[in-house]
Amino acid sequence: MISLTVNGQPREVAADPNMPLLWVIRDLLGLTGTKFGCGVAQCGACTVHLNGEAVRSCVTKVSRAAGQQVTTIEGLSTNNNHPLQLAWQEADVPQCGYCQSGQLMSAAVLLRENPNPTDQDIDDAMSGNICRCGTYPRIRAAIHQAAKMHQGGAKS
Amino acid sequence: MKKLIFISLVLFTGALVVLSFKSGNDEPGSYPVIRKDSVASVKAFKQVYTVLMSARCMNCHPAGNVPLQGDDNHLHTMLPQRGIDGKGVYAMKCANCHQPTNTPGLHTPPGNPNWHLPPANIKMVFQGRTPRQLAKQLIDPNQNGHKDIKKLIEHADDGLVLSGWNPGEGRKLPPMSHAAFKKAWITWLTTGAFAPSK
Amino acid sequence: MNRRNFIQSGAILGGGLLISFTIPQANKLSALAKPVAAGGFTPNAFLNIGTDNTVTVTLSHVEMGQGIWTTLPMLLAEELDVDLDQIIVRHGGVDKAYNHTIYGIQITGGSSSTWSEFDRYRNAGATARTLLTQAAAQRSGVAVTNCKTEKGFVLAGDKKFSYGELAGDAAKLPAPQQVTLRPPSDWKYIGKGSKRVDAQVKTNGEAKFGMDMQFSGLLTAMVAHAPVFGGKVKSFDATKAKAVPGVQQVVEIPGGVAVIADHFWAAQQGRKALQVTWDNGPGTALNTTSQTIAYKRLAATKGVSAQAKGDADAALAKSAKHISAEYVFAYLAHAPMEPLNCTAKIDGDHCEIWAGTQLPGVDQANVAKLLNMKPENIKINIPFLGGGFGRRATPASDFVIEAVHIAKASGKPVKMVWTREDDMKSGYYRPFFVHNVQVGLDEKGMPMAWNHNIVGQSIMGEAKMFGPPPPVDDTSVEGVKGSPYLNTVPDHYVGLHTTKEVVPILWFRSVGNTHTAYAMETIVDEMAYAAGQDPVDYRQTLLKSSPRHLAALNLVAAKANWKTKLAPGRFKGVAVHEAFGSYVAIIAEVSIVDNAVRVHKVDCAIDCGLAVNPDGVKAQMESGIIFGLTMALYGELTLKDGQVQQNNFYDYRIARMNESPEINVYIVDSKEKMGGAGECAVPPTAPAIVNAIFAATGKRIYNLPIMNTKLIKQA
Repeated sequence: MISLTVNGQPREVAADPNMPLLWVIRDLLGLTGTKFGCGVAQCGACTVHLNGEAVRSCVTKVSRAAGQQVTTIEGLSTNNNHPLQLAWQEADVPQCGYCQSGQLMSAAVLLRENPNPTDQDIDDAMSGNICRCGTYPRIRAAIHQAAKMHQGGAKS
Repeated sequence: MKKLIFISLVLFTGALVVLSFKSGNDEPGSYPVIRKDSVASVKAFKQVYTVLMSARCMNCHPAGNVPLQGDDNHLHTMLPQRGIDGKGVYAMKCANCHQPTNTPGLHTPPGNPNWHLPPANIKMVFQGRTPRQLAKQLIDPNQNGHKDIKKLIEHADDGLVLSGWNPGEGRKLPPMSHAAFKKAWITWLTTGAFAPSK
Repeated sequence: MNRRNFIQSGAILGGGLLISFTIPQANKLSALAKPVAAGGFTPNAFLNIGTDNTVTVTLSHVEMGQGIWTTLPMLLAEELDVDLDQIIVRHGGVDKAYNHTIYGIQITGGSSSTWSEFDRYRNAGATARTLLTQAAAQRSGVAVTNCKTEKGFVLAGDKKFSYGELAGDAAKLPAPQQVTLRPPSDWKYIGKGSKRVDAQVKTNGEAKFGMDMQFSGLLTAMVAHAPVFGGKVKSFDATKAKAVPGVQQVVEIPGGVAVIADHFWAAQQGRKALQVTWDNGPGTALNTTSQTIAYKRLAATKGVSAQAKGDADAALAKSAKHISAEYVFAYLAHAPMEPLNCTAKIDGDHCEIWAGTQLPGVDQANVAKLLNMKPENIKINIPFLGGGFGRRATPASDFVIEAVHIAKASGKPVKMVWTREDDMKSGYYRPFFVHNVQVGLDEKGMPMAWNHNIVGQSIMGEAKMFGPPPPVDDTSVEGVKGSPYLNTVPDHYVGLHTTKEVVPILWFRSVGNTHTAYAMETIVDEMAYAAGQDPVDYRQTLLKSSPRHLAALNLVAAKANWKTKLAPGRFKGVAVHEAFGSYVAIIAEVSIVDNAVRVHKVDCAIDCGLAVNPDGVKAQMESGIIFGLTMALYGELTLKDGQVQQNNFYDYRIARMNESPEINVYIVDSKEKMGGAGECAVPPTAPAIVNAIFAATGKRIYNLPIMNTKLIKQA
């Protein structure tokens, strides 16, 4: 059994320590908001927070998460109200929506570490997340918007 | 004055090494300058250079702030940035993809518990350096992370350096074995760390 | 046609109102004759108003990013007079009622959902509003003419009834034969737009895609496919695969071997351990290099006539100047972010499918045929599609059938999942094409002769969905055939050589226009330079009888300040193209950095007629431009000995955030016929970029992708 904390909940999974965290999250814990896109850390659809860092869960063995804190899109906020989620909705970012969990989890680390990111910062943080629908211009705008909201006192 | 102190330090560590050699203890970091030999030194460095300029070493010692990738040293796709500590930035920190060990499969992220680039204040650029430039840079404390000769020798067994010889599936190895590299590295350093003329 | 004849209304059990439509030749809607379970999903209703005030809109088209989940409910809400956030939206299952109003089958494609449903969904809303108003009039004794609706209520004199209160009564009334649609001046949604209805569930992980199917007893299956197209299993040894913990079963299916396991990872480990010997068949003969040579040779000869006028050869011989170009376009994978998958559960003489599909009716028929069941016994559930781009509309239902084969062979419900590598290597691509174009210019530099031969596989021919293969498949030549440029050329010939290959092919976002627009818009650019004219001016001259092309071109030229000199090192290129009834003009601004192109800014103008949801149109332009950018920069699959050489996003790159240009979209204020949006920005993007590259480097790029050409800035 491997113990880990997922979205604040202690969880135990009977998994091979080599099993990627992605499949533990999706197939064993049933949290399907985290997506499979490439399996080789190329697309970022599987991005979750491991102790606050935006790891690609498709290449992260569950053993690395043992005893650690994992946050998935389902745990990004209590009520879909992270400034980024609000900005995403306001800017109509999602199209097919499949990559957006990963995009949001990446953007959340950016915003936490840099409350007022420049376009270059956004490139530096977000180029690991592919969106085949091409929502990049709106993601960029929404991150700027969330930064404003954040500074305006919205809770993170 | 500085030179004198340096020499005496070298002599001091040299004395230690002789002892340790005798005791059969090959604890790293205790090699002396045995003898200055510019010919042997330069010859050894030329071997060292082929390793340092191979993809496995150079890719993490890029000229810019983005690591290189692949046997052809192309810019790392998605352009992850060095960051201040060399460990990436924001959602693109090295360890977000590069695990403590190699990920199985072709074209998957190679791993190391300490995967990083040189930090922003000492970039230790290999890419584009001539043998002479690189040799001089390697022994310049201001450019090598304040490594003395002992630390430099130790660095040959650094985990990240070693990982060059465990690059993950499908990646080309450096042009010689780690043992051969280490031998050349130590020979270069212990024969006076002479820089080639070009 | 008098669409109102096909409106039907009826009751759902529990007294609600449902509104449905059918097409003229369709059977009487069976579901309407019998009561529907209380609160249950009404499979063939467009609109369902429950007594509890729930308003459910069922979509005849599927949401794959294009925003139809928002646009169709907008159309309905406009007439029904409800707020969009009061509406519950669902995908319809398979029903003739959901057949495309023009294409006659149930399909989401051709950038047609909005314009083809513009009347039907408004009529659904108007019919319900009429019935609800009548019901309120009856109940209150107030004349219908003195009743009005307001955001989910009917106001009758001083009385106010919610739609839910009236739904039961309304359901008993006969459907009106005539409804009055609101005049444009009254529109609250149409032309103004709305936020996406699905944005909430797509920001918190709630949105369910096919990949997210989970239920008790459901296993995950992964298939080892033949590495060469057309290959077959010779033999296999599953011993090691079965030894992987979590692997339940290994079964052979046509074209491969499936490993069935408790979860994805076990299935993947099992597939790695599986040993299969393949009979590769004749497909190994296929190589991109030899294919290129063969196609080029063919393209130099006259193909079957797609469009001809005068004597192109003779005119070419007389022309003052001759421009010759040979274009090569690679196979392309759609690569939607959600890899293909399908869940299948067979239960006696019934089968239930969960699949993100653009062609559910065809899938139903194909599954029914395979299982020898009645089509109505095949239930198709459609979750959100994680991207489609045409790949999820396979006439052969390839990935659906594969899942059903596995479910059948194993006797278990399975979720069949493709990895990214499967998705990239297992086929259904934009076909490989070669164009050979010879243009003759007169003394003034205007085209007087045009010989254009195209070589490639036929999508429609191989789809076999629309009858026997046509001698000239329009999807191979669309964009050249009917080009407004050709209409100005007195002597021209468009020929097509249709080839056969083992590689499965399919429509890919904007279909034939992916290559035809490139050939047309780059050679016209070449012609402009040859004529010593500005590329926009030259196009304006040629397009003087094509007002909608001109409208888009003029708008973008004005907005992008085409004639204004750019900062040093920056260069512009232009392209304009019509596809799916919309006219898109693009100006791309680029620079050359480290022998590669960087696209900084893209300005785009579209004339799509009425833009029902303007921000949705803008989103689709952005999307199409970035899709086109990827295609231009990186799009290429190559074959060696019948095997696709690319694997995943590291060798089939997709444009990323750091490559994403600033995009400005302008919509022409147009009263013209409505066109599409989803695909229309793809065609002109690549040519605008390479035309800008020409301005920067003096080099024409005839073979995409651009990454294969080392770019050198002009001194």
